[in-house]
Amino acid sequence: MIRAFATFVFVALAALPARAIDIQQITSPGGIKAWLVEDHSIPFTAMTLMFKGGASLDAPDKRGAINLMTALLEEGSGDMNSVQFAEGVESLGAMARFDVSDDALVVSARALTENRDQAADLLRQALTDPRFDQDAVERVRAQVQSVIRSEATDPQSIASKELAKLAWGDHPYATSINGTAESVGQLTRDDLIDAKNRVLARDRVFVAASGDINAEDLGKLLDDVLGGLPATGSAPLPQPATLQLKGGVSVIDWDSPQTVVSFAQPGLPMDDPDYFAAFVADHILGGGGFSSRLMDQIREKRGLTYGVATGLSNGVYGETWQGGMASANEKVAEAVGLIRSEWDRFAKDGVTDKELTDAKTYLTGEYPLRFDGNGKIASILAGMQLIGLPADYVNTRNSKIEAVTAADVQRVSQRLLHSDQIRFVLVGRPEGIDATN
Amino acid sequence: MKMLVRLAPFALALAATPALAEMPKGISHFKLDNGLEAVVIEDHRAPVVVQMVWYKIGSADEMPGKSGIAHYLEHLMFKGTDKLGPGELSKTVTANGGMDNAFTSYDYTAYFQRIAADRLPLVMEMEADRMQNLKIGEDDWKAERQVVLEERSQRTDSDPSAQFSEERSAVQFYNHPYGRPVIGWRQEMEGLTRDDAIAWYDAHYAPNDAVLIIAGDVTPEKAKELAEQYYGPIPAKPDATRKARPQEPEQRSARRMERSDPRVAQPVMIRTTLAPERNAGDQKTAAALSVLAELLAGSAQTSVLARDLVLTGKALYVDAGYDGLSVDPTTFGISMVPAPGVSNADAEAALDAALQKFLTDGPDAAQLERVKTQIQAARVYAQDSAHGRAYDYGQGLSIGLTIEDVNDWPDILGAVTADDIRAAAKLVLDSRASVTGWLLPEGAPQPGATAQPVSAQPGEVE
Repeated sequence: MIRAFATFVFVALAALPARAIDIQQITSPGGIKAWLVEDHSIPFTAMTLMFKGGASLDAPDKRGAINLMTALLEEGSGDMNSVQFAEGVESLGAMARFDVSDDALVVSARALTENRDQAADLLRQALTDPRFDQDAVERVRAQVQSVIRSEATDPQSIASKELAKLAWGDHPYATSINGTAESVGQLTRDDLIDAKNRVLARDRVFVAASGDINAEDLGKLLDDVLGGLPATGSAPLPQPATLQLKGGVSVIDWDSPQTVVSFAQPGLPMDDPDYFAAFVADHILGGGGFSSRLMDQIREKRGLTYGVATGLSNGVYGETWQGGMASANEKVAEAVGLIRSEWDRFAKDGVTDKELTDAKTYLTGEYPLRFDGNGKIASILAGMQLIGLPADYVNTRNSKIEAVTAADVQRVSQRLLHSDQIRFVLVGRPEGIDATN
Repeated sequence: MKMLVRLAPFALALAATPALAEMPKGISHFKLDNGLEAVVIEDHRAPVVVQMVWYKIGSADEMPGKSGIAHYLEHLMFKGTDKLGPGELSKTVTANGGMDNAFTSYDYTAYFQRIAADRLPLVMEMEADRMQNLKIGEDDWKAERQVVLEERSQRTDSDPSAQFSEERSAVQFYNHPYGRPVIGWRQEMEGLTRDDAIAWYDAHYAPNDAVLIIAGDVTPEKAKELAEQYYGPIPAKPDATRKARPQEPEQRSARRMERSDPRVAQPVMIRTTLAPERNAGDQKTAAALSVLAELLAGSAQTSVLARDLVLTGKALYVDAGYDGLSVDPTTFGISMVPAPGVSNADAEAALDAALQKFLTDGPDAAQLERVKTQIQAARVYAQDSAHGRAYDYGQGLSIGLTIEDVNDWPDILGAVTADDIRAAAKLVLDSRASVTGWLLPEGAPQPGATAQPVSAQPGEVE
């Protein structure tokens, strides 16, 4: 029984009072492009750099080189060893994180206005003149190898890796960016220098900054930080990946009371005309947290899992429609059966008007909430550039969601949602469900 | 799997803006007649608001035999009221573009929503409604008990390091209820009933036992007006506030434990020592312990243990952790993963030698200066997240600090001296009140295999 408060009634599709985010598109004197959101209320600047290609630019037989190289950028550069470099960053109260994924090498930096130029100089040094000292290489290599072995005993990692292997064939997406204990063990200093030249170049960097800095100062800073990098990377950008996934079930034996489930089926690229219809469909089916159909059927009604979720996973070089959950070994077969039946029911019957309205209100309402801090803004704006979105996407995105109709959702669901195309990877001791080919 | 965009975390633990006697910029507070205490944190940069209600009651307030009831009730709080159907609160928040969740810890149970600022009245109305009108349907409580059991399976029973952490807490706290897991012991969770949950709710959920935090694009005047409107009419319950808990007796012998499991890839050592917590008007020792943890392991390159153990090839990772936000005495923790080829005994001896050296030498002046610089910078960065500051005030007030204590914390951290740190180090590094645990792979330790260091601080459960 549901009785609503009077105040619960809101105008359907009410657009949020989105305080427009003013994105300046600037070009530095040296020709480096960046997006900037100025906000002088807090005396610091957040900046994100994304170098496209990321770990997918690893050379053949050198898997893990870009990941190891990335971890070594903060371990000494110029005339500073790893300890001296860290002391330099700490004494400014600055921060720089170096991360890498399948799609990009990401630098997240933050500096106080009072010493921003000094912080930028340390960042320049790390990106253009890393030392790769022998002791640092060996220390970080051992840490990476420990991560690899840790992941080998983590059921979630085991499931994700198996699914990636089944999905992506020869593409780098099919294997872990960490490499294997063996491949990482064989990497030399020359391999690390080659890895750096493959990815750290001006032709593949996307820049966004937010905070207490103006366009002129940002331009100068970017020329300082990035001007010394090679104009072009030494490796061409990765090719698109071709999805190899076949429907069915894989089971990996693991001694645990619960089975971890990862699953995927074909997705669609962001420039597909039905992308936003699929995005709305996913929210109703499994992406919408407590309000999704899968959560309702599997958790709320039956208590078979603590959580189940789906999402459109759109990488720069390939995409799937995927999901995950964990369920007791004796109950996981029922939970997997419910995913399949909800999948097919969705394609067959479509969505109700209320589901559609609620989904659109959530998806449009949630979007502006993401932009509530300099760090978040810089990260989002760099990511938009990485995947090729224009700056005015922040203003047009919600209208694309609002334009989705129930017929659009049904069409894309009938096109894409087929339970026999889902590949489930089960890690555990599942009862009543067998592996297929 | 593939991510659209990789988002780097920008979370920071240290809080607030400068000012001693007066309130920091953008922070205000008030108390309603029914005892509800409220803090407003203004941030008008984005049209977003966060509402949090923290109840000053947690798993350490449970009666023996009913472990897990605080967390189980947290789940059942989503099952509806006279006006709201099961799950309707979350669905309503979602349908209005917001998100909501809740979490339970030893000392508090908290509920929050993050939503467009113009929807604040909606979420305040619903949160106030479930403060006094919870209804739990016959069909809902059994399915939800299965959900929390699945949560335990996922978080604890599938993870040897989480199981080990739970047992280490039980060994550290012989008498205090911090020795029981927040989520509960499985066999006790299986016996929890709707009556248990309702009794817990009736006894403890009341405005005079709660803290309301409103953070984001809101003025203090509007926040107060809405709080009066929605929470003001709810009557106080004089007996709702928490009772004193059994305290730990003096620990005279250091305790050790060991566990092997085939799912563990490499040995990890975790040592915790009983340590004082932050108390109202008395946070100096806690501040020194916080800075001590930073000095020992806050940096992978420059910290004491990184230099002595990691850079020298004796350990792959070291960590130190201390969080003084608890009602009763807590722990200071150190963890270590030995480097391949270094025996567990040698690694632990090297750790002990490094700690002994620190006890003798005290902090390095240049390192302490750098840590102080980072503390000052963190005050600036913390202003970037109203949500983060909402946690600082909510957590602080729920464990019995005053708003002035939370305001003053960054200054107290900044005033920590080398002598304070020596005294704090002696308190936790030269103590018999320790538990040293080794979590090992099955069979002989495999050189080269590994696990990430495990946080020594127990976490929250959602």
